[in-house]
Amino acid sequence: MSKIGVLALQGDFRNHGAAFSKRGYRLREIRKPKDLEDLEGLILPGGESTTLLRLLDRDPELKRALQEAIPGVPVLATCAGLVLCAREVRNPRQPSLGFLDLVVTRNGYGRQIRSAVVPLRGLGGFPDCEGVFIRAPRILEIGPEVRVLAERNGDPALVQQGGILAACFHPELEEDHPVLDLFLSNLNQGNRE
Amino acid sequence: MSETTQPGPVPGFTEEECKTKIGFCAQLRGGVIMDVTNPEQARIAEDSGAAAVMALERVPADIRREGGVARMADLGIIREIQEAVSIPVMAKCRIGHFVEAQILQALEVDCIDESEVLTPADEERHVWKRDFPIPFVCGCRNLGEALRRIHEGAAMIRTKGEAGTGNIVEAVRHMRAVVSGIDQLTKAGEEELEAKAADFRVPLELVRWVARNGRLPVPNFSAGGVATPADAALMMQLGAEAVFVGSGIFKSDDPESRARAIVQAVTHYRDPATLAEVTMGLKGAMKGLEIGNIPDDQRLADRGI
Repeated sequence: MSKIGVLALQGDFRNHGAAFSKRGYRLREIRKPKDLEDLEGLILPGGESTTLLRLLDRDPELKRALQEAIPGVPVLATCAGLVLCAREVRNPRQPSLGFLDLVVTRNGYGRQIRSAVVPLRGLGGFPDCEGVFIRAPRILEIGPEVRVLAERNGDPALVQQGGILAACFHPELEEDHPVLDLFLSNLNQGNRE
Repeated sequence: MSETTQPGPVPGFTEEECKTKIGFCAQLRGGVIMDVTNPEQARIAEDSGAAAVMALERVPADIRREGGVARMADLGIIREIQEAVSIPVMAKCRIGHFVEAQILQALEVDCIDESEVLTPADEERHVWKRDFPIPFVCGCRNLGEALRRIHEGAAMIRTKGEAGTGNIVEAVRHMRAVVSGIDQLTKAGEEELEAKAADFRVPLELVRWVARNGRLPVPNFSAGGVATPADAALMMQLGAEAVFVGSGIFKSDDPESRARAIVQAVTHYRDPATLAEVTMGLKGAMKGLEIGNIPDDQRLADRGI
């Protein structure tokens, strides 16, 4: 049984599955608390963060299991997944799981008409690359323990804090994106910093 | 599904459009898109866990009952709904009415449904959707219709079903037709693919894409007649990747709990125990219509094929 899970309540878990199966990893779809058992890595995909929050609120057992699982394994959080993990969420204000010391605003780059593929500047050894921003969250503030790995015009777009790697954009929609490789290397090193 | 091979670029879409337009639609997977007619309903939908809302002046059941020409919704209502929620807001334009589409795009709706539920504006042509930077969804009854709409630029396909009836039978027919159409293509030789492309009136490379990948190149959703959590899960098990619910929620006796139940049913569509749990205790579903009792000229699915 696969040891990498992808939260499959709502959102684009399927393209994450396709991106990782190209690299030889099958993902386990997570909908119930038992799906989180014995996991070595976890992906929180894009989708609608309000939908994900509502579904978690209606399933307190799953929410608790997820809160226990996230600090223990390397995590990749994309778009709504990043929103789910942030300490503070604006536009509108909504609760979140609070694992990342970030203040984010939802749809911070505008509605769908502003969605775009944007060049990113890599930092601290992470390569320059591009990001697919779809009604993407914008990071307004970062805490001292957050490392920025890529920027969009000066805004943090890819960050890491402890074992959580989080992107405002969608690496799974690209043929080949360095974020996916970084997550796999976190996974293989059991990297918790 | 052959997910290990490269799907290849989608014919008719630029590389960027594959990412931003089809990518947007992909984010709605596993979700429910609900018809709403005012900000209050939009908030109920968002609160229930809807992945998006469709802003309308009248739900299909009322359009069907009241008759007259059904057009793009009042822009004031759309704007109020955009201000009321943070999830994506879609709106419908009439088939072929590219100016309604231009106006909806100017209003910055997140996606346009070129919909048979409204009175068609053009009986020959659909909107040439490639001209628009925002994504479109279109209805279909079978694979040929789906591919014609994708060729025109639709970034998402849904079954037509028979909107406003609360009767799932047509959506089932259409989803089965799409799925079996795809299945046939995967087994066809080159000569048959050429014949299919001619029959469907779409470029051969689009037919080849489907034959090679065993799926549509855009997300495949379901609409038209979903009234219960079981209906929604049925469409998911038949191959839909998300579900539109029109009249089924706000024409029922308990919109809030029904909306929540349908959202959970789409997430847990393969889990009968959860489906039983979310269905238990719901009040009456919308009454619904027998398809055979609808006169032919009032069947919405026959519009814009």
